[in-house]
Amino acid sequence: MTPVYLDNNATTRVADEVIEAMLPYFTELYGNPSSMHTFGGQVAQKIQTARQQVASLLGAASSDEILFTSCGTESDAAAVHAALRAFPERKHLITSTVEHPAIKALFEKLAKEGFRITTIPVDTRGRLNMDLLEKSLDEDTAIVSMMWANNETGTLFPVEAIGKLCREKGILFHTDAVQAVGKIPMDLKTMPIDLLSLSGHKLHAPKGVGALYIRKGTPFTPYIVGGHQEHGRRAGTENVASIIGLGRACLMAEEKMAEENTRVRAMRDRLEKELLSRIPKCFVNGDLDARLPNTCSISFEYIEGEAILLMMNQYGICASSGSACTSGSLEPSHVLRAMGVPHTAAHGTIRFSLSIYNTEAEMDTVIEKLPPIVKRLRDMSPFWSDS
Amino acid sequence: MWDYTDKVREHFLNPKNVGEVENPDGIGEVGSIACGDALKLTFRLGEDKTITEAKFKTFGCASAIASSSALTEMIIGKTLEEAEKISNENIAEFLGGLPKEKIHCSVMGQEALEKAIAYYRGEPEKVLEGEIICHCFNVTDVDIQRAVKEKGLKTLEDVTGYLKAGGGCGNCHEEISNIIKASQGISIMEPKKPAAGLTNLQKIRKIEETLEVEIKPALIRDGGNIELVDVDGNRVLVRLQGACATCPRSRITLKDHVEARLRNLVAHDLVVEEA
Ligand code: FES
Repeated sequence: MTPVYLDNNATTRVADEVIEAMLPYFTELYGNPSSMHTFGGQVAQKIQTARQQVASLLGAASSDEILFTSCGTESDAAAVHAALRAFPERKHLITSTVEHPAIKALFEKLAKEGFRITTIPVDTRGRLNMDLLEKSLDEDTAIVSMMWANNETGTLFPVEAIGKLCREKGILFHTDAVQAVGKIPMDLKTMPIDLLSLSGHKLHAPKGVGALYIRKGTPFTPYIVGGHQEHGRRAGTENVASIIGLGRACLMAEEKMAEENTRVRAMRDRLEKELLSRIPKCFVNGDLDARLPNTCSISFEYIEGEAILLMMNQYGICASSGSACTSGSLEPSHVLRAMGVPHTAAHGTIRFSLSIYNTEAEMDTVIEKLPPIVKRLRDMSPFWSDS
Repeated sequence: MWDYTDKVREHFLNPKNVGEVENPDGIGEVGSIACGDALKLTFRLGEDKTITEAKFKTFGCASAIASSSALTEMIIGKTLEEAEKISNENIAEFLGGLPKEKIHCSVMGQEALEKAIAYYRGEPEKVLEGEIICHCFNVTDVDIQRAVKEKGLKTLEDVTGYLKAGGGCGNCHEEISNIIKASQGISIMEPKKPAAGLTNLQKIRKIEETLEVEIKPALIRDGGNIELVDVDGNRVLVRLQGACATCPRSRITLKDHVEARLRNLVAHDLVVEEA
């Protein structure tokens, strides 16, 4: 059974072109880019090309603004710590209630270390309370960190407007754009964003490589010290092949973004529409007007997510659950809770996240298989009645 | 994904005895939708006083459904005295084992059975003993002490897997750890942490702001509302209004929702009470 893989916000398949671009760097081109000889030098040049490819996808002014890291989490941590170093006298940090654990856990740790944290809430559609954000910015604020696109619902935050507010007050703005990069157009030349995190494996590059965009002029102290790699901003021998792969993936994302925004969006919309019309008592979570083209979070009332996932798994359908029962915690995801999704629905939430590799036939499979699964589980649920 | 045995998978994918027995002799309902799992067990006795029919309805994950199905299979054909001896371990064994984080699913089965038998015998509902430690899942210190002692639980994860306590907002983690340590004979004397360095005035403002922005909208959506009456030290006195005031679940709303959120967003030691 070939899987119907609809969990691309968790991770994506590495694209063939990416693997092809990476392969020589394991075999004939295995030089260390820091070496003085040509054998290493040619590798260093290729890393430079990858840097340009990443910069180009982000619409950055210069490739010098790109720092390679190991993943999105590292990029986030490096960005936030850089801000704390830049303004050691400031003790206030701002984030949102729906951030990825990479930021959420980091801020919780900083709170324990004595920083004052303001967590800006969202409404039932996952939209940020901009008034409260504006009121919360003060002279003591070191950094605002808000995700660009939510990993569970796909909701897009108005990063341009957030960045503007921050800039007016001289506060650094970091965005965790791990889910947004490669899916929606970006032009960092003109956008008021100081720091931006991205991760390779969310856009068909391998796991274990990421990047941090650091706008020219933004104060930055390295998080990892040692050698002089990455212009002294991150020590450690480069993950060469993966960096080359990330560059190639960014090039591919640039080429395929139009497809993501038309074909993938249309498939997602059809899946959503069909499920909503065939299954009673279910609804879509998130901001339906400002949302990633590939993400669909649906709550099925009165049943539980893990049970739905395992039954779908019988047919090879892979998605992810919005209740955290699958991850060891017993509570629905903090994102759904922050949005005030009622318990009756939050436990039964499934996230479908598509990629350019999905097909209409796969959507048909889900549209055919899921409604009877929901019905079976509801027939078993003490809270369900048809009436 | 969880590492489930074939037996768990089988009972989940093809559960036995789904539904409700007509005119049941025993009814046992445990759990709630807020907790993420719930089970309704019904049975009927034959002339020879053995259980001839048992059915279940379950809201929950694969292991909750499998545990319920297993339970009905195990009790059919037994007398009440025999059925009564079935423990959660027996249910887990029947299924070839459950992941430790999912043991509470089998505990739910045992509890539903106990309740159903008590219903048949006309025994009164058990009242909660002790003080509630985990508000997310309504678990008291007595429950935790008992489980730690009787089941040999050693860590917070063990307690969460077994009782669910601590599996939600996490506000009770410290207290649960203390109970575990205390039952192992370790005495704890930890200083109380200050409320995140807020002055009284800052704290009150933050409470007001959190109620306005975070809590009220959800209650208003459900036809209710909440009003802040007073703040006295770490006690937050509120009044529930509209549908919330008359809702039988108002205590859960107060503790599960209002208190948990205020603790998360303002200070970990706040206690919310009705004025
Ligand atoms: S998890 Fe115990 S109070 Fe929330």
